[in-house]
Amino acid sequence: MKTQLSHLAMLEAEAIHIVREVAAEFERPCMLFSGGKDSIVMLHLAVKAFSPAPIPFPIMHVDTGHNFDEVIEFRDRRVAETGVRLVVASVQEAIDEGLVTEETGLRASRNRLQTSVLLDAIEKHRFTALFGGARRDEEKARAKERIFSFRDEFGQWDPKGQRPEVWNLYNGRHNLGEHMRVFPISNWTELDVWHYIRDENIEVPHIYYAHRREVFSRDGMWLATTPFLKLAESEQPQERLVRFRTIGDATCTGAVDSPATNIDQVIEEVAATRITERGATRADDRVTEAAMEDRKKEGYF
Amino acid sequence: MDLLRLATAGSVDDGKSTLIGRLLYDSKSIFEDQLESIETTSANRGDEHTNLALLTDGLRAEREQGITIDVAHRYFATPERKFIIADTPGHIQYTRNMVTGASTADLAIILIDARIGIQEQSRRHSYIANLLQIPHFVLAINKMDLVGYSEDVFRQIKADYTEFAGRLDVHDLTFVPISALHGDNVVNRSANMDWYQGATLMHHLEEVYIASDRNMVDVRFPVQYVLRPQSTEHHDYRGYAGTVTGGVLRAGDEVMVLPSGLTTRIAKIETADGPVADAVSPMAVTVLLEDDIDVSRGDMICRVNNQPTVTQDLEAMVCWMSDSTQLRQGAKLAIKHTTRWARAVVKELRYRLDINTSHRDESVDHLALNDIGRVRLRTTQPILADEYSRNRYTGSFILVDEATNVTVAAGMIVDPT
Repeated sequence: MKTQLSHLAMLEAEAIHIVREVAAEFERPCMLFSGGKDSIVMLHLAVKAFSPAPIPFPIMHVDTGHNFDEVIEFRDRRVAETGVRLVVASVQEAIDEGLVTEETGLRASRNRLQTSVLLDAIEKHRFTALFGGARRDEEKARAKERIFSFRDEFGQWDPKGQRPEVWNLYNGRHNLGEHMRVFPISNWTELDVWHYIRDENIEVPHIYYAHRREVFSRDGMWLATTPFLKLAESEQPQERLVRFRTIGDATCTGAVDSPATNIDQVIEEVAATRITERGATRADDRVTEAAMEDRKKEGYF
Repeated sequence: MDLLRLATAGSVDDGKSTLIGRLLYDSKSIFEDQLESIETTSANRGDEHTNLALLTDGLRAEREQGITIDVAHRYFATPERKFIIADTPGHIQYTRNMVTGASTADLAIILIDARIGIQEQSRRHSYIANLLQIPHFVLAINKMDLVGYSEDVFRQIKADYTEFAGRLDVHDLTFVPISALHGDNVVNRSANMDWYQGATLMHHLEEVYIASDRNMVDVRFPVQYVLRPQSTEHHDYRGYAGTVTGGVLRAGDEVMVLPSGLTTRIAKIETADGPVADAVSPMAVTVLLEDDIDVSRGDMICRVNNQPTVTQDLEAMVCWMSDSTQLRQGAKLAIKHTTRWARAVVKELRYRLDINTSHRDESVDHLALNDIGRVRLRTTQPILADEYSRNRYTGSFILVDEATNVTVAAGMIVDPT
């Protein structure tokens, strides 16, 4: 008999417990899915939590329209394989309908627009709980957030007024119009996620592995040249061997120089790296020291 | 590699955040961009050293005011173990925050300022850690550099605390003299304290034996979710999904389902990776029973000859965590115990505990924020209760204000009869 659980087995069990708890207690849960490795792992955990039954809630992609094609292909394939229902909340549609106004200029980003599109989708579908793949090791504001994180009727997070969270007794009670964000992999680190992807043989979009791509340098990051980004005169595109450590909106997700073409090499690289994944690759977190906290208060993921 | 959850207790002045910063820094768990960011902030504020405390103070208000508001979680790993640190603020709303951060901890680090010795606050933290039944205590006597690395100072504090701990129910107590600021005996052995032959703090954290802390005797499986796939392939499938919270669940075992009292056998224990012969805490599994009996969420599967108490009357210690309401006799609240919700009424507030003196004040008529007291509750539905000292997961509950939906208390069952 095996009585000792590895740390990954403990993290998996904790996440499955959380996912089942939400399915049992909430009327209309939904799982956010970006096509990034964290949401891929979270979806994998949801499949395991309800096997052999199907996942009893839909997944939602908040689509900025600035995608890597490989990620959208991957998303649609996973949806077909799992049979889960996909809801797409489109930032482009919201812009076209005049619901939100796009930023202009060289550094225009749809990052902030995602928040209002997300909140509108929650209201439209009357979702009562949203699973997110955020991890506490990612960023200092996230390190302070509960696993069941309450959002008021405006979708706002109140970091100073969080509900106490004790043992594994999660309190998801809320009134009409309010909802809960739930983070089943809160206690995982970037390295845990990669070890789990290896152990469970989980497929991820191949742009997580080293490939040749045309990129240009901005703010010390390699950004992919895409139709969505205007280059300044001084910014010269060049082809490099890169991989992505995080996957998000193509206009603010940077690539890193890397020769890691398979999972073992990626793990080796992540274990040795001296820069956090958000510090290395996310322009959206670099605005101010409290950039993430401010966006979370407004209702961001 | 296994997992150790630890909670740190101590105030800002004790150097708690500095210690955590030191553990992360010396175990190379801090990244360059994080370090750069706190170096810049430290320099801007005119701090003398790079302020490692800034690593754990995540919210804007915390950095601005130099205080810690809420529990922060930190992660690091060595080749031996993965660690989750719940960093709980010391002086503001300490009970609520410490209970939040420490309820699942395997080990508590209690920081003592070597210049001052055991303070009222050290006693409070120890008392709460003990109330939560954290199995392992480490007393980190910090700021040894400021007392000339004196062995006498260390010995005196050790003697004082040992005397105090005799009144608690502590089974494993370790003392380590450290300087979090300079790194002595945190990860690297100190060159300044030859007289100390024990392990460094990190070495102790890596080696402390935690596998036997779980309850491996009393089988407890609270049913969390009923799996009934509506497909032709799994037409008659009915699985009970949940997390094992005690004992060893085995296929073929005769079991009883509570509160109905019906008995059957475990036909199969399944996971998404295939069937397993047995399951222990905290595995998340699906149990299939031999007989088609009525089982739903909130029920508990246990052994026929080893059951929790099925009761609507609970005796419990509660920590009150609401700053806007108080616990009073007659109060009606929602209660969550394992996977079961019910309503509860406070039948009696027996006493409030003064955790500085252990005095029981029986004259009080309410508990306010951060108070700890003993209550008697009556619930609308039977609770499947164990004593908290026997099982932290079937012996605990939360109370929720039905008007605001806020969690207002954490409860520990003391005598479920």
